[in-house]
Amino acid sequence: MTLKALFAASATTALLLALPAKAAELTIGFSQIGSESGWRAAETSVSKQEAAKRKVNLKIADAQQKQENQIKAIRSFIAQNVDAIFLAPVVSTGWDSVLKEAKEAKIPVVLLDRDIDPSGKDLYLTAVTSDSVHEGEVAGDWLAKTVGDKACNIVELQGTVGASVAANRKKGFDTAIAKHANLKVVRSQTGDFTRAKGKEVMESFIKAEGGGKTICAVYAHNDDMMVGAIQAMKEAGLKPGKDILTVSIDAVPDIFKAMAAGEANATVELTPNMAGPALDAIAAFKDKGTVPPKWIQTESKLYTAADDPQKIYDSKKGLGY
Amino acid sequence: MTALLPRRGLAQILALIVILAVDRVVSPQFFDLRLQDGRLFGSLIDVLNRGTPVALLSLGMVLVIATRGIDLSVGAVMAISGAIAASLADSHGLPVVLAEALGAGLVCGLWNGFLVAVLGMQPIVATLILMVAGRGIAQLITEGRIVTFTSPDLVWLGNGAILGVPVPVAIALGMLILTGAVVRGSALGLLIEATGGNARASELAGVGTRAMILSVYVWCGVCAALAGVIAAADIMGADANNAGLWLELDAILAVVIGGTSLFGGRFSLVLAVLGALIIQTMNTGILLSGYPPEFNLLVKAVVVLAVLLLQSPKLSGFAGVMARLRRTKP
Repeated sequence: MTLKALFAASATTALLLALPAKAAELTIGFSQIGSESGWRAAETSVSKQEAAKRKVNLKIADAQQKQENQIKAIRSFIAQNVDAIFLAPVVSTGWDSVLKEAKEAKIPVVLLDRDIDPSGKDLYLTAVTSDSVHEGEVAGDWLAKTVGDKACNIVELQGTVGASVAANRKKGFDTAIAKHANLKVVRSQTGDFTRAKGKEVMESFIKAEGGGKTICAVYAHNDDMMVGAIQAMKEAGLKPGKDILTVSIDAVPDIFKAMAAGEANATVELTPNMAGPALDAIAAFKDKGTVPPKWIQTESKLYTAADDPQKIYDSKKGLGY
Repeated sequence: MTALLPRRGLAQILALIVILAVDRVVSPQFFDLRLQDGRLFGSLIDVLNRGTPVALLSLGMVLVIATRGIDLSVGAVMAISGAIAASLADSHGLPVVLAEALGAGLVCGLWNGFLVAVLGMQPIVATLILMVAGRGIAQLITEGRIVTFTSPDLVWLGNGAILGVPVPVAIALGMLILTGAVVRGSALGLLIEATGGNARASELAGVGTRAMILSVYVWCGVCAALAGVIAAADIMGADANNAGLWLELDAILAVVIGGTSLFGGRFSLVLAVLGALIIQTMNTGILLSGYPPEFNLLVKAVVVLAVLLLQSPKLSGFAGVMARLRRTKP
């Protein structure tokens, strides 16, 4: 009787253990920062889509911009013994102890979108991030190619002073245009990554540059500032996209709307699909034990009016931007 | 007029003239004006137009500060009203949109006023609650995204013109005249000042201090809501994360530059608005100057310090003593 029960119990356990392995369905915990911006919301929805595509069970924990919530979420993922943990770290330091716990539990951790302090390099499997210096380079290369040999005065709308993304996007753009003597940044001010400030700063650029006549192109560190700048140009009687070329970064839906209306020229995508490459890396690691490189760089794709902006707008606007 | 513009306005006017002159030096075309699509166009117009939100905030803030209070929630109220206006703009008419957005500001003001006047909370703590929670409420309304709209009526509120004057500037001027007429055209202003000067004595003298405090917070909320609608109309969208961010500090600064004491008891509407214009004249000048953005805040701090030093009674006393000493020396 007891022997029979024991046998039955062990058989059930064996079956339970065997089942997930047979279906190969992964459970992954994702500690997301929160809904700090439209891009972040899009990242969350794309992550869900990518997980569903691969039949992965993705558990998302919203940390509401607090590291302590992220640490709590990771601990709870470890307790649930998930197959892997995705982490979009809100800050770069203070992860060592919780990541050690994950390592001891043999749960691989993949960083999404942001990196952490180098001291913790051996504590995670890989980091999937975009290269913001490269994004600036792509923008600069496009402008150089489009302008050709003509002299071109560029005005630049920088991101928030002190933000590493702003510094990197500036650096990349400067590197790209340094090779072309005819391209010159004549004015550069911060628009704090917002539409309102982008508009205000562009208004002053237009006044300072003879009503905008001497401006050949605008480069904005993000699309939102460019949307504001486009309004400022229109109100000054200029034709953005024609009188003044525009190139910005992020590829949010509203810039495609402007592009479809002929008021914007180019944008470099900061893809919200960080989870896709991360899921592929985890699948390869689990199946064949392939260790991915420490850094997986996402593509910084350039979009122009030739890419059917209206269609992209329609496909992107539902993502939560 | 003398009631609106006391003699102590000299320092502010002087400061504004000096900053305008500096702007003229860094940007020779600063005073150029032309018509563009039936709307005046030039750096001076930018100053007025961009200064409008802070000027509106300072109109409410100055009354709150006159009662010895402070309202830290105005930036968040701007975000809430902007979010409401943008969400409703494409499905409702302008009157409904305005009523809802300004109504929200009124409710926010009532909440602050209730906490301060009825529950007796410290104003800085009471309004801090809405400052933090308000932005969250705005984000809930917009679901964290930038809500855009195309309603021409609401867009006109931000980008239109009346006889060449941008609509926001006309609204701010209208609000200044309205507020001035109400508080200085009656004894209301005096009662507000009495409440701030000594609430207990005023209470005993028959002033309804509780009603006074409640009403200034309500007015402050309405002004902030109007500023929020204009800010949203300006960019044709509501950006709950950034609309009005830190503007409460600019509004307080405008009031202080306008010579109103944070200890309450007296105030000047015109000088508070002048303070807002001084801040914006400086901001526009910094943008026109072409200095690297790393200097923006530093320049701002130095100019504000200079303007406040200009007003300091101790310093002008010190200057007087120095002048007398020089005169007595052989």
